[in-house]
Amino acid sequence: MTDTAPPPTTTGAQEEELHPIRLRVNGVLRTAEVPARRLLSDCLRHDLGLTGTHVGCEHGVCGACTVQVDGRPMRSCLMFAVSAQDHEITTVEGLERPDGTLHAVQRAFRECHGLQCGFCTPGFLNVIAAFLEENPKPSEEEARDAVAGNLCRCTGYQNIVKAVLRAAELRLEEQVDEDAPVEVDEVAR
Amino acid sequence: MTERMIGAPVPRTEDARLVTGRGHYLDDLGAGAYEVAFVRSPHAHARITSIDVEAALDTEGLVAVYLYEDLTGKVAEPLPLLIPHPALTHGRTAYPLAKDVVRHVGEAIVMVVATDRYRAEDACERITVEYEFLPPVVGIDKAAGGEHLVHADVPGNVAAHMVQEVGDAPAAIAAAPNRLELQLDIERSACMPMEGRGVLARWDEADASMRVYTSTQTSTGVRAAVAAKLELPLDRVEVITPDVGGGFGVKIVHPWPEEVLVPWAARLLGHEVKWTEDRREHFVSSAHERGQLQTVRVGFDDEGRVLGLDVEILHDNGAYTPYGIIVPIITSTQLLGPYKPGAYRVDFRSLYTNTVIVTPYRGAGRPQGVFAMERTMDAIADHLGRDRADVRAANFIQPHEMPYDHGLLFQDGRPLIYDSGDFPASLDKLKKLVGWDDFEVFRAQARAEGRRVGIGIGCYVEGTGVGPYEGGHVQVETSGKVNVATGLTSQGQGHQTAFAQVVADELGVPFEDVSVTTGDTRRFGYAVGTFASRAAVMSGNAIALAARKVREKALRIAGEALGADPGDLEIVDGVVRVKDDHSSAIPLGTVAVLSNPLRYAFDDASKAATQFGGNADPSRPPVAEDDEPGLEGRDFYSPPRATFANGMHAAIVETDPETAEIRVLRYCVIHDCGHLLNPLIVEGQVHGGVAQGVAGALYERMEYDENGQLLNASFMDFLMPYASEVPSVEIDHLETPSPLNPLGIKGAGEAGVIPGAAVLASAIEDAEGFPITRMPIQPSELFHLRRRHAAGEIPPLRRVRTAPEEFPTA
Ligand code: FES
Ligand code: FES
Repeated sequence: MTDTAPPPTTTGAQEEELHPIRLRVNGVLRTAEVPARRLLSDCLRHDLGLTGTHVGCEHGVCGACTVQVDGRPMRSCLMFAVSAQDHEITTVEGLERPDGTLHAVQRAFRECHGLQCGFCTPGFLNVIAAFLEENPKPSEEEARDAVAGNLCRCTGYQNIVKAVLRAAELRLEEQVDEDAPVEVDEVAR
Repeated sequence: MTERMIGAPVPRTEDARLVTGRGHYLDDLGAGAYEVAFVRSPHAHARITSIDVEAALDTEGLVAVYLYEDLTGKVAEPLPLLIPHPALTHGRTAYPLAKDVVRHVGEAIVMVVATDRYRAEDACERITVEYEFLPPVVGIDKAAGGEHLVHADVPGNVAAHMVQEVGDAPAAIAAAPNRLELQLDIERSACMPMEGRGVLARWDEADASMRVYTSTQTSTGVRAAVAAKLELPLDRVEVITPDVGGGFGVKIVHPWPEEVLVPWAARLLGHEVKWTEDRREHFVSSAHERGQLQTVRVGFDDEGRVLGLDVEILHDNGAYTPYGIIVPIITSTQLLGPYKPGAYRVDFRSLYTNTVIVTPYRGAGRPQGVFAMERTMDAIADHLGRDRADVRAANFIQPHEMPYDHGLLFQDGRPLIYDSGDFPASLDKLKKLVGWDDFEVFRAQARAEGRRVGIGIGCYVEGTGVGPYEGGHVQVETSGKVNVATGLTSQGQGHQTAFAQVVADELGVPFEDVSVTTGDTRRFGYAVGTFASRAAVMSGNAIALAARKVREKALRIAGEALGADPGDLEIVDGVVRVKDDHSSAIPLGTVAVLSNPLRYAFDDASKAATQFGGNADPSRPPVAEDDEPGLEGRDFYSPPRATFANGMHAAIVETDPETAEIRVLRYCVIHDCGHLLNPLIVEGQVHGGVAQGVAGALYERMEYDENGQLLNASFMDFLMPYASEVPSVEIDHLETPSPLNPLGIKGAGEAGVIPGAAVLASAIEDAEGFPITRMPIQPSELFHLRRRHAAGEIPPLRRVRTAPEEFPTA
């Protein structure tokens, strides 16, 4: 009934105030101009183009949007982008190392078939990555508890729990490797 | 010989992008597209008296507002009825935007397009719609009562009435030595994929073509629908399925109103337009399933053999029937499971209610059917004081009776004939896995500790891989890399991996060299879709056949080049070679070069091919009449009828004597889907299905109030289980290959979910000692049932009456 084309950027309606923000995302300083109401999830996805963070509910229940804020898991749909100012944010895109080596939890998910459609996966990966920093050697029960705040509709969680345990193993193996003298030499060079 | 890929637990190739955030789901696409939000009906049944958009017009970023009156051409017509059926005498579908009357909460009324979703929602909030209320019809009882009507021109709210009969069931029941009647009730649930629906459309004015990305289970179906609705030639429409965040049935419905409206608006506005469904929209405006009331009458002999079975089903189809009556048809036919029912009569009525539409959700009517049949088996066992597993065994179709013809028509309109299965062997395996025969020892121990436990069992047969067809295309590039395409879509089933395994084996190429595209109409235009556990069977076999064609052509061309008989050649690791002289060999990439007489030397393979110049006969055309350039092949697989997978599940539950909390201690699965393409993927499918089965039995339901408001339309209130609620799943496989298809496989996608409600009802009943006839069951309901039982309103099971000391007092 009403095409108001050409698309108006201003229509006389009161314009939303934009706030410049600076975020450190995956180790890189990023800036954006956002309205106060913009969710961090939307800012990451649509302003910064980091679409690996997914949105399953937008009301803080599913955990698909989980990122790490200063190393702690945080539901990015429950945080305004303006509140993330000056924080250190890790998204799924930042889990692998700069040289492209996958994070232990990413490798474990593949090995254990911990994902099907993959939509919930980035949230799980961030939760687990943060969890293993706190608890590097979880029991099966602890592993289950650690992921019990995230929803997955595909896997029945069986292989996700397995992947937590496998990621812990891989992570410890990595640390042993990193402590090996050869690696130290390489770092020294 | 290289390692066989088919049957190997190969890790998935899709994971590399999905674990790094490099997947592309619908809302990851279309940066800069206009975004859509809808004003949706807050009322279940009302006449729209006015719509005032005035206040929205100066919303910042607003682009367009559309009402029903603005729709043009075929877009203004009702949405198609996808699967008509003679029994569906009163099929009704919605308009893309409501015209005059809304029939469920969530029905779209106004479409708003703005520069982003926030602004589109701002505008929606400023639009005022006025209604005149009509009486809402909510719940099967109300619908069947017919006092008020959902559609004024559908008497009694009956969309369809269908009866199927084999023999004279009422007479057989009347003549049987034992008779029982059961009233059963199973509630609504829904697919609830983590990613909702979504559509992105891009109109190319210069090319007069439309590209649509949609989170669908059928891109070819959406393509045909968009072309028809927008009155475009089919070759001007392409539909691409990006990564899809789960489907489970809801995304097979097409076209959704949004799949018509978004492309329509994109063409009108000359700009990309996108709609991404939010979670509340998914609850109130996509689809649900399950909801049925069932009356079962059964007559049986003293061994528990069923002599006659008469089932009446009242099925809630919601406000419209765009997907026809597939769900109750499947319930009616798959109810029979692995059993010979003697005479059988099934009568269903599919009823309109003022609620969201009902379309297939993983299992698609089978969980309800299995619930009816398995509750009946338990009731028979209890009546006779026999072991529940023994009563089932007494009714089994035996392996030597395969193929077994039930004398009914299945969902595909073809005879219901089981092709294979060994039910006694499955039952044996299940009893061993769960420890069926030792359960009483466990129960006694538990009881000594003051704990209440029970064991349950459920069997099912699942028609999978329904036709009519799927196709596959396999192409070898001059680099030796292999491109494979099939038309159906993927929503997490690992098709890129499984189909690459098939091609690796069939063609003799390294698995890593095969890349698979699904659900992209640019690559393959003919397909049905991914539902009914059909993808692996249909496309797996089609791709195998296409690969065999390519292999045949490769051997012919290589034979000419090597001067060898094609019969003496083999293809190993991407190289064609003479079987007993491996030095006489030619890489498949080079064969691809030779297959095309136009040979620009763009790459090394083409240069290398010059050595195989051959001695082309100058009197013949460079491409023979019956040949085509290129090393590629295309084929279709069209089965005569569905292939039937089957399985049996058992669960052990513990119910808290005080709080009535229900815990699943063990969940065991025996699964027979013929040969496994990839056991890792198949087990993953079973895991996910079981979780949905447990969810549907213990947690999930759609809570409509009498006004048709969905009270729990958020993840906060709809109890979708987390890892803490889903038990560990123990699986064992039986592989009775299907004789119907080249790979001997059967579908696996839905199996896990099917017997969930039946098995857990069986186990809870066994723990509690009184019949469970209604699912799902939450602790509050169990608590309530216990009280009614204690008050004498619900009689105990017979086995409690005969051995009361073995059961708890309520
Ligand atoms: S999208 Fe943030 S928790 Fe669901
Ligand atoms: S893998 Fe699909 S939702 Fe978790």
